[in-house]
Amino acid sequence: MFLINCPYCGERDQQEFKAGGEAHIERPKQPTELSDDEWAEYLFMRKNIKGVQFERWNHAHGCRKWFNMVRDTSNDEIKAIYKMGEKPPAQ
Amino acid sequence: MTKNLRVKSSEYIDETNRISFKFNGKTYHGFKGDTLASALLANDVHLVGRSFKYHRPRGIMTSGSEEPNAIVQVNPGTNRTEPNVRATEVEIYEGLEASSQNCWPSVEFDIGGINNFLSPFFPAGFYYKTFMWPASFWEKYEFFIRHSAGLGKSPTTTDPDIYDHRNVHCDVLVVGAGISGIMAAKNAAKNNFKTLLVEEKNELGGSTIYENNEFNKIDNKAPSEWLKKEIEELKNIKNLEIKTRTSVAAYHQYNYLLARENLTDHLEAKDKTNKIRQRLLKIRAKKVILAAGALERPLIFNNNDRPGIMLSSAIKKYSEFYGVACGSKNVFFTNNDSAYESAISLYNKGINVEAIIDIREQSESKIVKKVKEAGIKIYWSHSIVDTTGYKRLNSISIMKLSNDGTSVTGSKISISCDCLGVAGGWTPAVHLYTQSGSKLKFDEEKKVFLPNQNTSEQISVGSCGGDFKIDEIIKNLNQKLKDTLNINETDLDSIKVEIDQENSKRNIWLLPSDKPIGKTKPFVDYQNDATAKDIKLALREGFKSIEHVKRYTTTGMGTDQGKLGNMHALGIIADTAGVKMGELGTTTFRPPYTPLTFGTIVGRNVGKFFDIFRRTPMNDWHVENKAKFENVGQWKRAWYYPINGETMHQAVQRESKAARESAGILDASTLGKIDIQGSDASEFLNRVYTNAWSKLAIGKCRYGLMLNEDGMVYDDGVTTRLGENHYIMTTTTGGAANVLGKLEDYLQTEWPELDVYLTSVTDHYATASLCGPNSKKILKKIIPDLDLSDENFPHMSFKESKIGNIQCRIMRISFTGEHSYEINVQASYGKDLWEKCIEAGKEFNITPYGTETMHLLRAEKGFIIVGQDTDGTMTPIDLQMDWIVSKKKYDFIGKRSLYRSDTMREDRKQLVGLLTDDPNIVLEEGAQIVSELNQSPVEMLGHVTSSYFSPNLKKSIALAVVRGGKDMMGKKLFVPMENKNINVTVANPVFYDEKNERLNA
Ligand SMILES: [Zn+2]
Repeated sequence: MFLINCPYCGERDQQEFKAGGEAHIERPKQPTELSDDEWAEYLFMRKNIKGVQFERWNHAHGCRKWFNMVRDTSNDEIKAIYKMGEKPPAQ
Repeated sequence: MTKNLRVKSSEYIDETNRISFKFNGKTYHGFKGDTLASALLANDVHLVGRSFKYHRPRGIMTSGSEEPNAIVQVNPGTNRTEPNVRATEVEIYEGLEASSQNCWPSVEFDIGGINNFLSPFFPAGFYYKTFMWPASFWEKYEFFIRHSAGLGKSPTTTDPDIYDHRNVHCDVLVVGAGISGIMAAKNAAKNNFKTLLVEEKNELGGSTIYENNEFNKIDNKAPSEWLKKEIEELKNIKNLEIKTRTSVAAYHQYNYLLARENLTDHLEAKDKTNKIRQRLLKIRAKKVILAAGALERPLIFNNNDRPGIMLSSAIKKYSEFYGVACGSKNVFFTNNDSAYESAISLYNKGINVEAIIDIREQSESKIVKKVKEAGIKIYWSHSIVDTTGYKRLNSISIMKLSNDGTSVTGSKISISCDCLGVAGGWTPAVHLYTQSGSKLKFDEEKKVFLPNQNTSEQISVGSCGGDFKIDEIIKNLNQKLKDTLNINETDLDSIKVEIDQENSKRNIWLLPSDKPIGKTKPFVDYQNDATAKDIKLALREGFKSIEHVKRYTTTGMGTDQGKLGNMHALGIIADTAGVKMGELGTTTFRPPYTPLTFGTIVGRNVGKFFDIFRRTPMNDWHVENKAKFENVGQWKRAWYYPINGETMHQAVQRESKAARESAGILDASTLGKIDIQGSDASEFLNRVYTNAWSKLAIGKCRYGLMLNEDGMVYDDGVTTRLGENHYIMTTTTGGAANVLGKLEDYLQTEWPELDVYLTSVTDHYATASLCGPNSKKILKKIIPDLDLSDENFPHMSFKESKIGNIQCRIMRISFTGEHSYEINVQASYGKDLWEKCIEAGKEFNITPYGTETMHLLRAEKGFIIVGQDTDGTMTPIDLQMDWIVSKKKYDFIGKRSLYRSDTMREDRKQLVGLLTDDPNIVLEEGAQIVSELNQSPVEMLGHVTSSYFSPNLKKSIALAVVRGGKDMMGKKLFVPMENKNINVTVANPVFYDEKNERLNA
């Protein structure tokens, strides 16, 4: 059970949150211009890293805000949390 | 007449409080303070169970939670019975009953014992190898295994006890109240840290509390005396909470721990009533101090499992703490000095110690000298090669060990004995430490795995941190406390410790016998009957990973999780494979550390609290009118309203006819409702729905279909424009929360520039859906002032009005195909609204209908239900709903995916209607559809998604998804069932009122 520091609410128990998959995958602005392969890349392809991973999380049972998290999946250490739209911290 | 082996009065045993209890049907006596194990041993009962595979007689081995053998069923046949309980942890009370678990018909005569003689046929992996084939025999094997395995019996009646959960927050959690835990907790609390100390036993002090080795002194006192004074002082310390009978079951990341507090298990039945039996503590600690101690290891030698063979430390505890002698002719077998302390403990109480067998060449410690002076014979460099005694140990044979420890030489000496204490060194209890995600490192000198890399704010102190001697413990504890608590001084600074320094050790994981290993039984895992031989076999058969060897041999997979034998298993693997133990690593220790009851896990979430549920404001009316309910997500929805003993079918037929012929009313309050406001609300709807929204006039309603980005239908519902920048969206009942979440996701992460605000208002409104040709007349009676003409209030439009003083929102929309109104009022007026409709509708025989009739009516119209007719693989094109997909809009969620090569395939499964050739046969939902009957294997084209007998059409109708179904109109297909093949014809999914004439009827 992680203790997650919501950027809007502070430290809360993991059960208040929902994980939302890989971060920094932007929805294409002009989907119709993309080939099937390019669209499939956006739609289906996700990394599954053992190590440092950038993730989206949602404080679903709290402020409902989405934010980003840098987590080491090998030991579940949360290395950073930052708001949507903010630049990811340098690694 | 049983022997009484109570040897002295102990301050922990109340001899004035005599307690009678039953074990395997026979009555025994013990005293307040005894465990079931100590009381049985005092009555000279060692044989308490049978082993899992060979059904070998087994006795009490330990004095704690690591016990592998003395696993009992407590209070069998009662509603409080519990299997898999360790006799070493059961505190006895008047009326306690317990029985051996793994034996049939009795522990004395066990039919499964035949397996012991068949053991050459039960090598490692036996179950995997034998029971794999022929597959059809599995049922027989399973019966045999389950019957003879006998892992206890679960209760068959309702548990009468109450269980509880509690969240606990503290600055410092100390796990274990031995000398290290007590001193850590004391110093943390004194320095203003809010401290919680938990201890699995009912007494504080760990093993030091009965530590009477005269050569060890703390501040010139016996360690036990010194510690008692420290414990006494704990009472006066603020900030410190102590919980005994509380064992930590799990240690998760971020210092989140689960502990079970036992509150009534030690009480008589009459005192258990109406009390909380066990409480699960969910602990968030800023810092965790693990002081879990160490477990003594046995030694692995031939026939090392007979009743009467125990851990040396357990014999000492039974003698010092419980005042019980475990045998009258005692022998110890050791590789270090611990056994000598146990021997002296017995000697000081006048209990006979025959000999000590020591695999070391010598030891010069004071305690060894004391043993020599006591005249106890010591056999240096000797090992036990065999033991005898079936239900109780009666002799051992020993031989001289070779210098390299791999073989034995010379002549065999036989020693008669009834109790053997084995001392193989100490294993730090690092289970919780590794559960937290922290990493271990093998210490080659101490031959143990020690904490190495911490992942959270934690320290391991005392013997679980690798310090076994009191001087080391105090010194390292002091430094660790100062570092972790950031303090400069502690109570430990001034303590003076004297100890008996010498403690050499000789480590041999598997001791040799004079017989070849194939002819011996050196048990490594007692509970699962895994021997050193099995481990070697697994390695010979090519298993390399310790995780694989563990599963193949079942070593460490019993309820005790191999607490005693895991290190030996690793050592034997390392020695056999010629690798270093540090490179081998350990298997994963998983929670729970000791088994938890289901009651503790679920806490108060039983009965009506098992799952949360939601009720609509009209619920009481439905209950009063005998509705049957169905669960839709968390909602309890009225399903149908049987009258005069109707079956569900009869009720639904009646309700469906009434709704079309006159008037029906449905509680639609559960539909999700999202209030959407903001200057970009229209643009937002344009992006999330497949159809166009910008031109929807204020006061109008529109049906919308929402897709996932992969083009598959996600949700649907009607959205109404309330104002220039204000909409109210309805979602499916089950999809409400997910839709809101998805919309928020897009708003916050993809389109933050949009000025849109979403609010869930599902619970704020109650909705009654009034439908049927007389619905207009009924509404007119309730709201006489409202102009209900088609000109003023046409289909797909909205009016705000008042029923009496109650504000209401009315949408003229229809999910049945009939002229209908959805009337929304503030939730607290829901029942009032409902009753007004019923009252006004009486003259039209208004009929309340439930979800089943709603489903039937919409199926007659071919309206889909997302989640029933779709399953996350259907596009709007597959549903033949091309009409709702805008060609003009540049983009919306899922649009691009509708042009992927796969979603454009002609032979996708498509929604069609199905009519049975015999109109009276109703298809089963989920039934498969084929075009050929004599094909093998038969090609399955799709399945039935919705199916009903339509009372309005007087025939069976169904919706189905069929591969390429769009082009199959009129085609004959088959639905093969168990006993018959049903002939069906593909039809238009709109079965009723294809021209929608009834909407304005
Ligand atoms: Zn938050």
